[in-house]
Amino acid sequence: MDTATIASIIAAATPLVYAVVGETITEKAGVVNLSLDGSILLSAMTGFAAATVSGSILVGFLAAMLVSMAIAALVAFASIKLRLDQIAVGFVLTLLAADLSSFLGDDFVGRAAEGVQAFDIPLLSGIPFFGQALFSHNLSVYGSFVALIGAYVFLYRTRRGLELQGVGERPEAAFARGLNVNRLRYIYTIVGGAFVGLAGAAFSLDVKLGWREGMTRNFGWIALAIVIFGGWNPVRAAIGCYLFGALQVLALNLQPTFPGISQILPILPFVLMILMLVLVYLDWFRRLGDRYPAWRRILASDPPSGLGRVFVRD
Amino acid sequence: MTDRLRRLTPALLPIALALLVSIVLLLLAGANPFEAFELIYSGSLGNTEKLANTLLTWVPLVLAAAGLVITFQAGLWNIGVEGQIIMGAVTATWVAREIPGPAAVVIPTTLLAGVIGGLIWGLLAAALKVYGKVNEIFGGLGLDFVATGIVVYLVIGPWKRTGVASTSGTDVFRDEAWLPTVGDFSPLAIGVALAAVVGVYYLMRGTLFGLRLKAVGRNPKSAYLLGINTNRYVLIAMGLGGALAGIAGTVQATGFQHKLVPSISGGYGFLGILVVMLAAYRAVWIAPIALFFVVISVGSTQLSMRLKLDSALGGVLQGVLVLFALLASGAHLYRTRTRNQATTVEAEG
Repeated sequence: MDTATIASIIAAATPLVYAVVGETITEKAGVVNLSLDGSILLSAMTGFAAATVSGSILVGFLAAMLVSMAIAALVAFASIKLRLDQIAVGFVLTLLAADLSSFLGDDFVGRAAEGVQAFDIPLLSGIPFFGQALFSHNLSVYGSFVALIGAYVFLYRTRRGLELQGVGERPEAAFARGLNVNRLRYIYTIVGGAFVGLAGAAFSLDVKLGWREGMTRNFGWIALAIVIFGGWNPVRAAIGCYLFGALQVLALNLQPTFPGISQILPILPFVLMILMLVLVYLDWFRRLGDRYPAWRRILASDPPSGLGRVFVRD
Repeated sequence: MTDRLRRLTPALLPIALALLVSIVLLLLAGANPFEAFELIYSGSLGNTEKLANTLLTWVPLVLAAAGLVITFQAGLWNIGVEGQIIMGAVTATWVAREIPGPAAVVIPTTLLAGVIGGLIWGLLAAALKVYGKVNEIFGGLGLDFVATGIVVYLVIGPWKRTGVASTSGTDVFRDEAWLPTVGDFSPLAIGVALAAVVGVYYLMRGTLFGLRLKAVGRNPKSAYLLGINTNRYVLIAMGLGGALAGIAGTVQATGFQHKLVPSISGGYGFLGILVVMLAAYRAVWIAPIALFFVVISVGSTQLSMRLKLDSALGGVLQGVLVLFALLASGAHLYRTRTRNQATTVEAEG
């Protein structure tokens, strides 16, 4: 594999890294935001539209974040305040946001725009091989590194991060310790939504510059699957994203070799990724961890035990 | 406000709000809302031909929704329904291409093949859940992707149109494999759809099986302790749901497209989930709600042709309607809860 290939894999995986980091934070706090597939589409459309109209990419990214934050807030409100089924609300919002993006984005289909500018990071980009693969991108890609490392440090190395985990794992205990469980769940669901919005903008303003109907379809579902694949650990989930990015780049590179089945190649990464997830999920695979304790850290994939469960104070 | 009106509010409010949202969206898009609604009506129910076409779209949606009632009542999120529709269409297409003979033989065989295709795909997701502990949402999603892969492969590969391979679909089926019609209507398809609704209604309301299935859905642990083999019920529910979705796929292939296309599911699986949610997961209301949804879907494709609006407006309307219905039911429960809490506090104080 040469530098350019690795660089393109990292670029392709960037939006997914944002989405997966966001959803991991949300689910760690105990809420499932199933609306990802639609949220990403709607924020991709909004981000592109806002950037085109305002002429500022920054405004585009901000608008995209706001849209996904609003959807996440609705998921949080419906599940925490109204105690509705999170899956049901998330599913409806997925379909609704996807259709809204098609309807509202009609005027922006096929419009040209300038994407995020690339620049080398001084010194780091000079490292042989890895320098050009990792540090010759644009702010969107660098931001995903920061989000990824930041989320890991926050979740596992800070007091607030541990509180977040407590709220997701044992809400009753967290409450007994004086934490406002539901308020924290609101906050982290909305914060997770902000990252999902970044994912949308990273598509429409960078990786797949432009807007066309349904252009990020299924990426949200894959992101939800990768969160599980990563065992609710952002770094492991990011590995899943890069794996998926590699599959995508591979499928793209194979197209000239197999022109006869070129239409099916873009679907294959989704199929392979989900098959891998199923494998990871299968019982016998998880039991490997019991047989080889050294593997347990890599294999462990238990969801936060308070995931999807409403916290009722009484 | 009379009592009757008050009881109807939770049902009417979402409809009113959905209408309001669609009016705002239409105005934003620079269209006259009344002209748009008129076009939705005339485009879907305006004349006999349109009505027949709308009913033909209604059939697969009702079939998928009827199957989803079974899986929802068993407490399962059958996201794999799209793949089950696709596989039903694939197996039906195989019969339509390979089995010779008159319509009297081919048509029942395509339906049977559709049942088998959907059944297998439903059972696969159930087996992953029961034997592999794979959550049915992700197992089903994976099987959806696999089914999409299979149908695209077949359409551009082994079953490609004579001469050219393109994603526009296979060759059109021979006449004997077309779902028979009387005038513009297809009484067989409509009959099958109605039979499915009635069948599911009685299954859930009048049989011991239905009762146990609901027990598994409400509280699997208690059901298991009561001696119900919960795994078997999960398998049966997904199998039945898949079988009905498979018939939906058959109707799509033999009655609507008359060939296999990559988008053969028409999105009726996911739309069916919305229908069933709005019907409060019961069979009684799915037929009329599905009709309403289909009128919106078919009508909004007319909108896109006549008013140059994106046809996704139909989906937006349906989504907003279900979202508001969910929120309204949640708000209703919330009010009941807080009122009960208030009375408890009063009683204690």
